[in-house]
Amino acid sequence: MSQLALDKLKAKFGAAVVETHSQFGDDTAVVEPGVWRAAAEFLRDDPALDFNLFVDLCAVDFPKRVPRFEVVLHVYSFARRQRVRLKTRVGDEEGEGCEVDSLVPVWTGANWFERETFDMMGIVFQGHPDLRRILLYPEFVGHPLRKDYPAQKTQPLVAYRTEEEAGTILDKLAPFGGDEGMAFGRKFYLPKDGN
Amino acid sequence: MEPVDLDLEEGELELPSEPMHLNMGPSHPAMHGTVRIVLELSGETITKADVQIGYLHRGFEKMCERGTWTQVFPYADRLNYVSPMLNNVGFALAVEKMCGLEVPERCQWYRMILGELARISDHLTCDAAMAMELGAITPFLWLMKGREMVWDILEEETGARLTHSFGRIGGMAKPPTDGLKEMVRGSLPKILHLVEEAEAMLLKNRIFLDRLENIGVISAADAMALGWTGPCLRSTGAAYDIRKAHPYLKYDEVDFEVPVGTRGDTLDRFLVRLGEIRQSAKILLQCADRLPESGPVNCDDPRYVLPDKNDVYTTIEGTIQHFKLVMEGAKVPAGEAYSYTEGGNGELGFYLVSDGTGTPHRVRIRPPCFAITQGLEKLVTNRMLSDIIPTFGSLNMIGGECDH
Amino acid sequence: MGELNRSVTLEGSESGFATTKLDALLNWSRKYSLFNYPFVTACCGMEFMAVSSPRYDFARFGAEAPRFSPRQSDLLWVVGTISQRQAPVLRRIYEQMMAPRWVMAFGTCASCGGFYDNYTTVPGIDKIIPTDVYVPGCPPRPEAVFDGLLLIQDKIASGVREPSVVKPRADPVAGLVQIRDTKVKAKEKTK
Repeated sequence: MSQLALDKLKAKFGAAVVETHSQFGDDTAVVEPGVWRAAAEFLRDDPALDFNLFVDLCAVDFPKRVPRFEVVLHVYSFARRQRVRLKTRVGDEEGEGCEVDSLVPVWTGANWFERETFDMMGIVFQGHPDLRRILLYPEFVGHPLRKDYPAQKTQPLVAYRTEEEAGTILDKLAPFGGDEGMAFGRKFYLPKDGN
Repeated sequence: MEPVDLDLEEGELELPSEPMHLNMGPSHPAMHGTVRIVLELSGETITKADVQIGYLHRGFEKMCERGTWTQVFPYADRLNYVSPMLNNVGFALAVEKMCGLEVPERCQWYRMILGELARISDHLTCDAAMAMELGAITPFLWLMKGREMVWDILEEETGARLTHSFGRIGGMAKPPTDGLKEMVRGSLPKILHLVEEAEAMLLKNRIFLDRLENIGVISAADAMALGWTGPCLRSTGAAYDIRKAHPYLKYDEVDFEVPVGTRGDTLDRFLVRLGEIRQSAKILLQCADRLPESGPVNCDDPRYVLPDKNDVYTTIEGTIQHFKLVMEGAKVPAGEAYSYTEGGNGELGFYLVSDGTGTPHRVRIRPPCFAITQGLEKLVTNRMLSDIIPTFGSLNMIGGECDH
Repeated sequence: MGELNRSVTLEGSESGFATTKLDALLNWSRKYSLFNYPFVTACCGMEFMAVSSPRYDFARFGAEAPRFSPRQSDLLWVVGTISQRQAPVLRRIYEQMMAPRWVMAFGTCASCGGFYDNYTTVPGIDKIIPTDVYVPGCPPRPEAVFDGLLLIQDKIASGVREPSVVKPRADPVAGLVQIRDTKVKAKEKTK
């Protein structure tokens, strides 16, 4: 992890760096959404930092906080062997207004990660070349990884077969009772001749 | 009919033409799970390729939020399902980082052994599938034979051939069996012999080399900007292996090399994986020498590790501990952590956010092949249609991991 | 290994619809030359590769020829989890197959959705297409897959397409395995 990156970020951006911490050994900086892209470019371009390997971009939903979402970026410097985590907070409690700049111009690898964050959490990345759903189908409504999306709410593309159409029961119940079925694992064997 | 005059300029022959759209997948013979590539072709050359993943999205991250921390292990197994032990160990290490646990030495060697076996299984599968898609079915069958030997060992240890769910927070589900070292030492020469036979069949074959050499070339800088890690990044020349750069478990105490390619083409990716199989075998033999014969496998921390079954039935503390760990889950301290290990495809990262209870608040997997598959569009544009097959095969996109 | 009582009793009429010798001949030839369409999606695909490999070889049962076009195949192996996004694709492939066609649900995710009880998984492929045999397991062992394959062959031979229940068969290791545990008192068989 990189304490140097945190110091340089604080030196360059001053008050825009809302907080920093090093919980569990991971150096983290939280910045304002306005300087998101500038901070990312600084991390990539500064010769002492040189964070050129894009690692991860995701979002976390804290429904009881305002701003509600935290967009989290992890990057790695191949030459310096260091990592840093950069975060920013967007969104209100309804889940509206979560827009942040896209990092695709900074690292090309951010492309699919931002599409996935948009798909799962609904964060809109401005300036993304092709922001559409990636893991789910275009007809899906909603953003499933948000805490207010019920996990079992399905939106089927193909209507499920009904029992009349199938001509048989579709519920799967065990067809045999407790004393039927394969013998091993259920009963103890008694040696027949006392061996 | 008059013959067409063959020395016409390109522009003089006004034939109407438009690009052809071709759909590959999501169910297609190249057995990589399900990916759909919508191609725009001009003749045989690809002008645009839209790679659509997500046909195996199973909601891993949402499922993790509905159970306890230990209940994530079966879901984690099914991410990179050709090397499930590596995912298990990766997640266990991530939670242990947050809890501040250090597993005993015997467990560390044991995790390394099972992890390297899983890595061998992963690379064997990838190379075998690549060969099969180019028509070389025999090396596929030979390498599958080798994979069965690896799975025999894993089945003896964990009880399952494929999805073991064997990792636990603070240790493993069971200690190593007595025959582990003999099995490892006995199977490895046979597996390496099969790999050599497959190499002899493939690497001198003109057709195989022509289809792989200088296809799907990428530079190290582009690969890093895309987020590539693992064998695909090492084939471009950048030697970044987490086991060497940021060692975890006991990787700093074993001696192995990191195979690195030169050109970043498909042949390099194929060869890097073969080289890694040999290096994993080397690591396995060293681990088999160093694995202690006796000693605890789990940490002794009652907050995270299930007690011995004897204690559960005879002492009240054991009963309460078991009850709390199973019903409420291990209470991982609040906060966030990112932990990374070398998975089969590269940097397998877990970003965990905990709110202090037994249920995770957020489990984010950083899938290595998600970043790698991003680059497919760039690799195949302006190449021919049949170049997609070896290129895509060499990226080793595992659907469970990519679509999580 | 002892005598394997492999003739499965399917509930319903014994003779089914294969009442003529010609039908019997056709069914015999169909069951031993299945062209399968491996609709492989997930982890069960690894076990599918193992089933086609030299150790557990499904060429012994005549089922080794994969045809990657639904028009040319008669057994649809649905291997692995089917997500909601994949469901129209599966339906289309099933509709493109020509009768007679059979479907095997390989694995728990294909049979009932597995432990993915969420917004994105179809809870079993029989919600979308009619299924003949369900092979449980996560992933099923190759031996379980062969059990399912042999059940399909029995279904083909007898011509029965109605839903049936597989009666418990004779345990192949009953009487051969003796548990020698002299420390624990043998429990009474509850019957």
